[in-house]
This record gives sequence, C-alpha cells and structure tokens, in this order.
Amino acid sequence: MRGATHAKWAACAVAVTLAATACGGGGDSGGGGGGGGGANGVVRSSWGDPQNPLEPANTNEVQGGKVLDMVFRGLKRYDPKTGKAKDMLAEKIDTKDSTNFDITVKSGWTFSNGEKITAQSFVDAWNYGANLKNDQKNAYFFGQIDGYEKVHPESGKASATKLSGLKVTGERTFTVKLNQKFSTWPETLGYVAFAPLPKSFFKDHDNWLSKPIGNGPYTVQSYAKGSQMSLRKWGKYPGSDKAQNGGVDLKVYTDNNTAYTDLTAGNLDLVDDVPASQLKNVKSDLGDRYLNPPAGIIQTLAFPFYSKAWNTPDGAKVRKGLSMAINRKQITDTIFQKTRTPASDWTSPVLGEDGGFKKGLCGEACEYKPDEAKKLVKEGGGLPGGQVKIGYNADTGSHKEWVDAVCNSINNALDNDRACVGDPTGTFADFRNKITQKKMTGPFRAGWQMDYPLIQNFLQPLYYTNASSNDGKWTNKQFDKLIDQANAEADTAKAVEKFQQAEGVLRDQMGAIALWYQNGSAGYSEQISNVSLNPFSVPVYSQIKVK
Amino acid sequence: MGRYVIRRLLQMIPVFIGATLLIFLMVNVMGDPVAGLCGDRQCDPATAARLRTDLGLDKPVWQQYATYMGNVFTGDFGTAFNGQKVTELMGTAFPVTIRLTVVAIVFEIVIGISLGVLTGLRRGRPVDTTVLLLTLVVISVPTFVTGLLLQLLLGVEWGVIKPAVSTEATFDELIVPGLVLASVSLAYVTRLTRTSIAENRRADYVRTAIAKGLPRRRVIIRHLLRNSLIPVVTFIGTDIGGLMGGAIVTERIFNIHGVGFQLYQGILRQNTQTVVGFVTILVLVFLVANLLVDLLYAVLDPRIRYV
Repeated sequence: MRGATHAKWAACAVAVTLAATACGGGGDSGGGGGGGGGANGVVRSSWGDPQNPLEPANTNEVQGGKVLDMVFRGLKRYDPKTGKAKDMLAEKIDTKDSTNFDITVKSGWTFSNGEKITAQSFVDAWNYGANLKNDQKNAYFFGQIDGYEKVHPESGKASATKLSGLKVTGERTFTVKLNQKFSTWPETLGYVAFAPLPKSFFKDHDNWLSKPIGNGPYTVQSYAKGSQMSLRKWGKYPGSDKAQNGGVDLKVYTDNNTAYTDLTAGNLDLVDDVPASQLKNVKSDLGDRYLNPPAGIIQTLAFPFYSKAWNTPDGAKVRKGLSMAINRKQITDTIFQKTRTPASDWTSPVLGEDGGFKKGLCGEACEYKPDEAKKLVKEGGGLPGGQVKIGYNADTGSHKEWVDAVCNSINNALDNDRACVGDPTGTFADFRNKITQKKMTGPFRAGWQMDYPLIQNFLQPLYYTNASSNDGKWTNKQFDKLIDQANAEADTAKAVEKFQQAEGVLRDQMGAIALWYQNGSAGYSEQISNVSLNPFSVPVYSQIKVK
Repeated sequence: MGRYVIRRLLQMIPVFIGATLLIFLMVNVMGDPVAGLCGDRQCDPATAARLRTDLGLDKPVWQQYATYMGNVFTGDFGTAFNGQKVTELMGTAFPVTIRLTVVAIVFEIVIGISLGVLTGLRRGRPVDTTVLLLTLVVISVPTFVTGLLLQLLLGVEWGVIKPAVSTEATFDELIVPGLVLASVSLAYVTRLTRTSIAENRRADYVRTAIAKGLPRRRVIIRHLLRNSLIPVVTFIGTDIGGLMGGAIVTERIFNIHGVGFQLYQGILRQNTQTVVGFVTILVLVFLVANLLVDLLYAVLDPRIRYV
C-alpha cells in the first residue's frame, strides 16, 4: 500500500515530464491559424478585456468600443483620417430650427442576419439606451432628446418607456425633437451609442450578448469572454469601407508588455498600446512600423472648487501660477519620449483649425515661466495650506511618473521643495469614488478622451455648470452663457468662434490646467500593411492589408 | 483516523467563514465600485443608483455578506460586472491555473527532491556547493526577473517557445511558466531535502539497514528518503495553495488567463463577487491541501497516528 503510493507519485511525475518534454519546445514556427494571406488573411491584434457587456449604449471604454466600431455602422461615421462626421446610413438629416430634425435612412442596408435596417431599428435602439431600466452607462447621450427626463429621471421611477421626441414617420424616415437648440447635434450621431439594433437584441438578449449581431464590415465568428474574439469579414456588407482583410482575431493580454513581446517575437500583428517602458526600444524594434499620431485625448489637472481653500477670490492667480510652473516640454520629452505634445489650449489638434483647435489660445499661462509663476502664486495668497497635493490613481496608466515630474517642476519654480507632492489612490474605482463624493483636497488628474470630434465635446461635458464630467465642479456664468449661444448658432464657423470665446473664459479663470495632448501609440508586424489609427486612437482595422 | 478527518473537516467551517468575511470586509472598505464603472467620467446618478440596487450594494455590509453566503451554499457565486457568472469565470480560470500548478509541483518534486538527495548524500563535495550556490541565486532573484528573462531569451531571441501562452494553455505551453513559478519553491525543496537527508544519514536505523547488508538504493529510498520527506511534504502541501493564489506575477508575464489574472482584474475593478468567490475557493484548496498533508504523515511515518 505504502509502496504503491510512492510508485504512483513517481510514475505520475515521470509521465507528466515525459509528455511535457515530448511535445514541448516547438512552437517557434507556424504563423498562427487563420489560413493564408492576401484578402483572406487574418490580423492578429492585442485586446483588453472589456469592462461592461458589449451593448452600444453600455460601452464607454476603448476596448469594447473597438469591437463595436467593427461590428456596427451608425447614421454618421467619423472619417478615420480627418475626424469629420460623414453620412453613413443617413441619406439626409434636415433641420430648420436646430431643434427638430428629419432623418432619412438609406435603403439597401441590412444587419448581418439579413434583417432590414429601418427607422424603427434606430428608434428602438435609442429608446432602449435611454431607458433607466436597462442600466445603460451611455444613457446620457440621449439626454438632449425631448422626453428624456421622463424615461430617465434623476431619481425615482421612470414615468415613460419611450422618448417622446422620437417619431417614426415612414419605413425609412423618423423625426427627432430636441429639448434645446443644438446645431451640431447630427455630428454627434457617429458615436456608437446611436447605432441601430436588430430585433434579436430585444428578443434574445443573452444570446445576442454572447455573439453580437450588427451591420458593420465584420461579423463576430466566436467570442470567448475574457480571452479572444474572432471577427470575420462580412461578404454582403453594403458600405463603401469594406474589410480589406479576411478578419481580425482580438486576443486579450494580461499585460501590454507581454503583447509587445509577442509582437517582436512574430506571434502578433498589431499592438495598439505600446507600453511606456518600451518607448525607448520601439524605434529600433519596429522602425517605421511604429505609429504615433495625435489622438483626441487631453490630460488636465482639475481643481476641487467645492473646497473653500481652492475657491478664493484670488485663486485664479494661484492656479495660473501653478500652470506656469509646469515645464510641459521637458516632461513630454523625457517622461513620455515625445509621444505627447504640450497643450496650448483645452481641445485637441485632431479637431483641426476649422473644428475649433486653436494653438496658443492658452497663451503664456501654459508656458514655463518660473519667475512669473512664483510671483503669481504669492499675489494670489500663496498655496492653500502651503502645499499642493496632486491626486491620481496608482493602479493603471503609470501616472506616478508624470505627477512626480510635475511636482518637481513646481517645486523648482517656486523654490520650495515641499510645495508639491503626489497623492496616490490605490485603485481607479476608489479614485473616481473620491472625486464623485467631492473628497479631493487638491488638484487631481483629469484625462478626457473625446466621444466625438467636436469642440463642444471638449468643453461642455467638462466645464459647464454641473455637467456630467465636471469633476472639479467649476462654474462660471459667462462660460455657460457662451456655450449656450454656441450650441444655438446654426453656422458652424460662428459656433466654433463662440466656443473659443468660452474657452477664453476658462483660460482667464484657469478652471483647469491643460497639460498635454496625448498621441495614439501602435506598432505592427511585417505581416500587415496600411495600418493607421483614427482620431480616437483605435486602429482602422477594415483597411489593414495582410501580406 | 476517521474521527480525526471529521474533526479536521469541522474545523474548516470557522476558518472558511472567517476568511470570507475578512475578504468581504476588505473589498468593501475600498469604496464604491460603481464609481469606476463609467470610465473617466461620473456615472449619471440615476443609473448609478440602479446599478447599486441591482448589485445589492445599497444594503448594509453584514446583510450583503449574509445574502452572499446564502447564495454560495446554493452554488451561486454572483455575477461579475461584465455580465458573466462568477462560476463561469471560475470554470475557465481554475483548470488553467491547476494545470500550471501541476507543472510547477512536478518540477518541485522531481528536480527539487532529486537534487536534495544528491546533495544531501554528498555534503561538502563540489556538487553540493554548486547546487547550494545555485539555489541561493534562484531564491534571491525575484520571480518576475526570471520570468521576463526566460521569456525574452527563449521566446524572442532563440524562438524556442512562444512568449505568450494561448487561450487553451496546454501543458507544453506551460512548461516554462511552470518552471518560473516553481523556481523559488524548488530551491527551498532542494535545501529542505538536503538538510533532512544529511541529518538522517547518521541515524541508527540507517546504520542498521546498512549493517543488514541491504542494497544502497533500497536503504536510500525506503529508509532514508521516506523519513526525510516529512518536512518536504509539509512544505509542498502548503505550497499548492500558495502557488495557485500567488501565480499572479507569472500569469501576467506569460499571458495566462488563470486565477491570478481574474483576481487581479477583480481587485482593479473592485468587483466584490469575483474577488470573494475566487478567494473562497482558494481558501478551500488551502484547507484541503493541509488536510492531505497531515494524512500523508501517517503514510510516511507509521509512528504518527491520529486518534
């Protein structure tokens, strides 16, 4: 009996080792499944585990958005190069008063299961997205549509299930009534929350979630949650941006460093998040196959205006002083290896001059002027409590490095080595928690990735009184008035001008310190070509060619 | 023996409840998970409130715990934030980590014990010194350094393995990660075995066995090794739980979607259901492994009896 135990252990061990060595070792050859290159080749790309179920109105982070961008097409689509909103499923969107819109859907479009796309497909999807009962995290995108407060009240139960502002008037036509003037509203329709949904979504929701059905250039072939999603070209896709490859395999990586290693070893074709620690090697590893175009992302420092210490009459001077004490160029050059650009306004270069980006709008307030900084902080009554604590979350995004650098810069400028320290919070959730509960005591990091390439999206959600992402609770009557006027302005150029005037108010009051614009960062293998990133820093998968 | 096992099993109940309660409280102290669900922006208050009700977060902690435990006994571990059942997550994560642990334990047993016997029998000789020095190096170098180094050399430079393990995570893909995971414990097993063997070599019963004229192999395996294995078995037994829970580093480096990865994600997203569910299972693994170790003592040394 006892002898047998030993024998079993030994036998077991030997068997496993033998089996292991016998089949181990290989794996250096074989370029992965997928079969063949050319138009049928499959792109192997890195992915992160999406945080929420993959529903258009429930996906608010890049990883889930990436998939929806391949599987769905909405009324509008943002041009992958210019970011301009162009008609996709929309035949026309008309308005006379910037409040009532008549929308006609193009004919000939279907979902990949063959179901026709009609006006009803949109109206049903939008009603679902807005309905409080469905817990959709992007519900507020429908907030401008009439009747939203009944479907999605701030508290209590919903008194309606459908938005009264939406009316189907024909098979391919419907009307939208907004609750206020919003001239650029049609241009927000490229956002994925506004995508149409097939009937199967409502009928068999669980099934749909395990294998989403949309109307984009790709269909979901298989989806193993948390590990891999295989998308394949949809042959009958009626749009002009047909897939140039056979499909895309999205593989979830536990760590972006591992994904990068896999790329250099030839087991992966595309990484769209090159880790900061590899930026030094990326040129020698990949050469021209490294992309670093501007993206619609800006990093700022917000202030807790709910805290008395930071909301003093002369506070603007202190805030401006702090802004001038930060050596943006040095930090973006050294810490970020020039993958970020010092900010000189509160929008992003991807908007373009016509879209509202204005280089230098911030003026000297965003330049490094240590002497002036010191003077301004002194004039403004000094730092509240004698010290600035910059809040950030320590779990992701390597924020510690740059916060420490910013503090160093401030300390040097103010000649006081205790003027600024970093104030880390363990997890992102807890960091957000402190912000929403208004528990921040000093400036804190506030990154913003645009939802759609409009100057409105860089200003209104962030700085309008009580807006959804106004984390610092900054409030200014003049600013709010200018935003309202801009939204009501039917002429785009004039609207942009109004928005920029509002931005001027933000600058003069220094409602938030603009730090830098962020670039997308992607690398790819020799197996693929024609790779580019769109203004949202998501790869334009459908245009990738496999060799 | 039977009574001993029952007593041990009963002891598991308070340990089990205590451990889960502690984890539950700790995750809850971290704050409101709903705050992190909406990305870099604030969830709109109505949706946030609804999510909180749906997830049961609006109730007092003790009530959440009671409900949770009640559900656990019916096999319902709740739902993760991405809409997946936690049991479903476990179903994909545990097999992978168990495979990884098996590979690691086999390495520990085969390499660790053989090296231990070898050096224990040749104390002070060059072999002994070399192995001792090697184990010292292995113990002092952190796992992530060994892991990244092996990944770079074997995976990228020489192309012997794939740097990242695929979704299937087959045994052959797990050899290198398993070796990395086992490395530190392996060194300890070697040292433990060595010391134990060296001590027992001079014991009376070994001398008697040699004097009886038994073959050397039989003396070493049957008499010497068996008695020397008790501390080693203890170590390996407790290590099973440690390896499963502590694989986070190795799993991250080699892209293994196992328990470590799920726990890491769960903690980052402050997903109480995932974290508590996985830890609960890990606690059970620990307890069972310890029980098995205690029972193995009796097999190795008949003088140890459980009444």
